[in-house]
Amino acid sequence: MKIVVCLKQVPSRDANLRVNSASTWIEKADIGFEVNEPDVYALEEALRLKEKLGGEVIVCTLGPARAGQAIKEALAKGADRALHLEDTAFENLDAHGTARVLATAIGKENPDLVLTGLQSDDFGFAQTGVILAEMLNLPHSTIVMEIQPEGDGLKVKRELEGGWFQWIEMPLPAVLTIQSGINKPRYATLKGIMAAKSKPLQKLTAQDLGLDTEALKPRQVISRVYVPEKTAQTEFIEGSPKEIAERLVDKLKNDARVI
Amino acid sequence: MAEEFLVYAEHQDGKLARPTWEAVAAAQQLAGESGAACVAVIVGDNVSALSQELAGAGLQEILTVESPQLAHYTPDGYGLALRQVIEKRQPRYVIFSHTYQVRDFAPRLAASLDRGLIGDSLGYRREDEQTIFVRQVFQGKFSADVEFRGEPPYFVSFQAGAFREDSVERGQGQAKITPVEIDVPPEAIRTRPQEKFREAKQAVDLSQAEIIVAVGRGIKKPENMELAQKLAEALGGEIGASRPICDSGWLPMDRQIGSSGQTVAPKLYVALGISGAIQHQVGMKGSRTVVAVNKDREAPIFDIATYGIAGDLFEVVPPLIEEIKKAKSG
Repeated sequence: MKIVVCLKQVPSRDANLRVNSASTWIEKADIGFEVNEPDVYALEEALRLKEKLGGEVIVCTLGPARAGQAIKEALAKGADRALHLEDTAFENLDAHGTARVLATAIGKENPDLVLTGLQSDDFGFAQTGVILAEMLNLPHSTIVMEIQPEGDGLKVKRELEGGWFQWIEMPLPAVLTIQSGINKPRYATLKGIMAAKSKPLQKLTAQDLGLDTEALKPRQVISRVYVPEKTAQTEFIEGSPKEIAERLVDKLKNDARVI
Repeated sequence: MAEEFLVYAEHQDGKLARPTWEAVAAAQQLAGESGAACVAVIVGDNVSALSQELAGAGLQEILTVESPQLAHYTPDGYGLALRQVIEKRQPRYVIFSHTYQVRDFAPRLAASLDRGLIGDSLGYRREDEQTIFVRQVFQGKFSADVEFRGEPPYFVSFQAGAFREDSVERGQGQAKITPVEIDVPPEAIRTRPQEKFREAKQAVDLSQAEIIVAVGRGIKKPENMELAQKLAEALGGEIGASRPICDSGWLPMDRQIGSSGQTVAPKLYVALGISGAIQHQVGMKGSRTVVAVNKDREAPIFDIATYGIAGDLFEVVPPLIEEIKKAKSG
């Protein structure tokens, strides 16, 4: 099975994020980046399918030069090769534009299966994988919690609201968006890290892909980013840990009357 | 002809889903002073009873799209049917509630018409001629103002609770019900959904708990769960967790609180090391008193906390357990 996994690099979860001076996005200088969490699970799922069924796992990442680190990690974990889509024309794309670039690159590979994380931790669109399916004219399913190969196709377990699930049968090729927690992602081994160095990594620009950048025009733009206004008046309790404990218990007992 | 705002009316198990009413309220407010007509579209097989119910909701018109192919939701079937409706009606906006079903097909539907979807919006406001939508980024840490570019139709979905079901403006009479002819060939539907099911019956019903101590990533290691457990015991409450903790197997899945887990409303909710991403908040925002302990003072959990402790939970929780024991015995 030929599987493409879309992998995005996002600011680290513990990064100290600040809005930039123009209030258009975050300040990217001096923060760490990591692989978007649901994408880590998508990669693991691809590697497991390959181990079961044979084939190839191709990592596809759209992002600036620093995103090469995410690709390196994926190759070290066992992906076979990588596509790094890098171009100034790919900066600040919306979900539609991102999906267009990915679809153009992935379409040329003719994969049997495309996996993405269900959403990114930065924009949180939860759309790119679904739009990608439309652009590749493939069936899709979202928020997938289990994948079982069945005949020529797949049976996938989809998460619904409030603890409900549903199995969906679908033919291949297909696109799936993967939910966190579907598996236990592996760590790269030293051997894997060494092997990654000789694995093929293809850098592709808009021109390489034959992409008309007109097609990447945004359907939506972010005009301002800001710290949300608080809906509750949070009363912060300060002091030493012991003082905090005393004050909080006093409030819970005498003001909120919940203990 | 007046402009049209089209609302997607989702239904499940033969009933209009609550989010449908929230989407109707959103459309009515958004259409507001512009004088645009609010029209709902309902897709399925044999939806006449549901369309009657919607017809009393103060909408101008109800469109029904019926076919045996649409008896069960599939992204291909519903997407194709709605695309044809939108092509015929040319609405300015297409409005959804941001449910799991909508997340599954709406981005694809918009893309099939070469349009964009602003998903999971918290609300909107008008500035000059522009309508600006607000959505969360970075898991709720920041808000973003988002505007459409290009030509309508504009697709927008609103987060659960962003508009209130009871703010729907009920109309006087019954709205006109118009069946729309569409063509969904069987081969266009590529996925086959099976019956919905729940995993083995949930062992723990946190929805009835009066006190809950919930744990998030900030707990760092499975060994540290014991500390939270001790706090829960001291308070006489149940223990719960945000999704990553259950994903990691540190607590069973049936103790997960949030959009994919349980919805709780205790009188006291103590969030330890939970950042408070929206997926978690929707499961606990009905709690009466919320105590949040998090080292990041800007964590979204503090947007809804009653009492906030911006500090290290490993320093704060041990004396807290002692103080609670004292208070309870005293």
